[in-house]
Amino acid sequence: MSAKNGHRGKHKVLNGTRPRLAVWKFSSCDGCQLSLLDCEDELLAVAGAVEIAYFLEASSATAKGPYDLTLVEGSITTPHDAERIHEIRRASKFLVSIGACATSGGIQALRNFGNVPDFISAVYAQPQYITTLRTSTAIADHVKVDFELQGCPINKAQLLEVVGAFLAGRRPNIPAHSVCVECKRAGVPCVMVSKGVPCLGPVTHAGCGALCPLYARGCFGCFGPMEQANTEALAAHWAELGADRQKLLHAFRGITGNAPEFRRQATFHE
Amino acid sequence: MSDTATKTKTIRTDYLARVEGEGGMRVRMRGGKVLDVQLKIYEPPRFFEAFLRGRQFSEAPDITARICGICPVAYQMSSCLAMESLAGAEVSGQLRALRRLLYCGEWIESHTLHIFMLHAPDFLGVASAVELAKINPELVETALRLKKIGNEVMRVVGGREVHPINVKVGGWYKTPSRAQLEALVPDLEWAKAASLEAVRVVAGLEFPVLEQDYEFVALDADGEYPIDRGARLVSTRGLDIPIAEFFDHVVEEHVEHSNALHARLLERGAYLVGPLARFALHRGLLSPDALAAADEAGLEPVVRNPFKSIVVRAVELVHACDEALRLIAAYEEPPEPAVEIVPQPGWGHGASEAPRGVLYHRYRLGTGGEILDAKIVPPTSQNQRSIEEDLFAFVTAHAALPEEELRLRCEQAIRNYDPCISCATHFLTLEVERE
Repeated sequence: MSAKNGHRGKHKVLNGTRPRLAVWKFSSCDGCQLSLLDCEDELLAVAGAVEIAYFLEASSATAKGPYDLTLVEGSITTPHDAERIHEIRRASKFLVSIGACATSGGIQALRNFGNVPDFISAVYAQPQYITTLRTSTAIADHVKVDFELQGCPINKAQLLEVVGAFLAGRRPNIPAHSVCVECKRAGVPCVMVSKGVPCLGPVTHAGCGALCPLYARGCFGCFGPMEQANTEALAAHWAELGADRQKLLHAFRGITGNAPEFRRQATFHE
Repeated sequence: MSDTATKTKTIRTDYLARVEGEGGMRVRMRGGKVLDVQLKIYEPPRFFEAFLRGRQFSEAPDITARICGICPVAYQMSSCLAMESLAGAEVSGQLRALRRLLYCGEWIESHTLHIFMLHAPDFLGVASAVELAKINPELVETALRLKKIGNEVMRVVGGREVHPINVKVGGWYKTPSRAQLEALVPDLEWAKAASLEAVRVVAGLEFPVLEQDYEFVALDADGEYPIDRGARLVSTRGLDIPIAEFFDHVVEEHVEHSNALHARLLERGAYLVGPLARFALHRGLLSPDALAAADEAGLEPVVRNPFKSIVVRAVELVHACDEALRLIAAYEEPPEPAVEIVPQPGWGHGASEAPRGVLYHRYRLGTGGEILDAKIVPPTSQNQRSIEEDLFAFVTAHAALPEEELRLRCEQAIRNYDPCISCATHFLTLEVERE
């Protein structure tokens, strides 16, 4: 399809009745929002199928809610943001949190395990100017979330699936198995078995396409835990491969360290 | 107008659009005189430098990439260079060539995003690239394809476009085959032609009048246009220091209206990093076609109108395509994907040229390779003071403009810098108050 013709045609026909999309940012690196702009082949078609009512990174034109579909990037780290997310929830029919920050608190949730006043004074000379919460938390810890799309960053094809599914009124088709399954399907030799490289693939949510094993390294869990991940068994196996307590602690307390399954496992290695 | 002579007026934008991250501005005026200007950065702080402490040196590239989804490669490179300097190791030959290639991919992606999707709408009076596509679909389609090609380079070399997974201290986990890189050539040749056309298109835009007497600061990369590394920091006013002396010359200050630290040169104050600085200091090192395109676009050897940064960015786009093609033509698969790194305790320094300018990292490692201290100075915090000085000068010169027009031009002036607020926070709202 020519994006140009598709976009213009749809825009004309559906103008005024298109579903309204909003994209919001909380504490984050912008990478997941960028993933939407990185859908170069589909962007104009998406922009034709929906009304982009609020997407500050892409457009200075903003419209008030209600919104049919809201995408939320980032975690809650300030008192103001803890209020703002409730306003957004009230204005949104469906709310989807996207990325490791929005679904687990993100890498900045490493503060949850440290001393925040010490952190502030480590970075800022005038700590009194900084307003922040002691924790970085997922969107679902604050409001009802209709779907969580994991990943640091999210997989853009999965993002398109999620947007398409909500616009069509169905559940998104996002596989819930582990990276391990993706790896087997891709026919990649297991890095743990063949090279003894510690890998979080068996407990990590699919979505990346087993990227790290494809590049001869172990998974470091950037898509976060899969449901009912057997982190005990994996930790024991890592120990057999020679991983010490600190390595285990840092493996589970990484980019998605505040996700419950990883958070719990990390405490055994403190 | 006589009423406004005594009242304070504020021109403000609470949430700046088309920038990476959260910021705003406030300009306070009385009787056509600017009282003060604030680039406000309320992107919440994320404390990377604090939680890097205690992590292994080898984790720095994956962790610091997460500071910025737009320029993760810059963070990965500067952190690797710092660790490698400490280990006395140099990543050279084809391993280094691949780093420069990955970085060219990031420049192509990031510059295209900024030129067409974030900045051009200001010049053309539209809210977004999507609106622009309704007026000029060919331009936006060209931009999207260019951006996609930059991303493709990053995907092939780095594993993915946002937060690449293939970068490690010492080199790579896995190096690409010659065939994989050669497959990129037809697209990069198209990208080169499209970039040359982009220079012509943006050179034809209307530029608001503003000339600023900047001190331009960029890395010096020993005879190359600086991208992936640089051992010295140089300026148009005689600064010439090894990067290890960064903090002997640059101070960071914490001001109340910003969650990003303001950097300034100890001796002289505000300075500017990024495309304008690289062009002013290293124009002669651009590829012949990029240089010819700059001349054809009518760029002076030193560009002092910050609104023309969009043209310089397009010139750098040509250069990045040329570099990528040159690197691929000379590529031979290296025997090993990485050099061995034995971490040494002490202080390590690394700097590279993010699309927005110099990105400096400093680490102190302990005896076990653990990070004891981390300091990261992103380009946008170095540019904050220059952005505010531009706003002050612009509003002073154009105080008679209608308020809405003035506000839009101020936003455009901020976007001249392609500010990355996610990076700088450790960084943006424009309010203009007229008294």
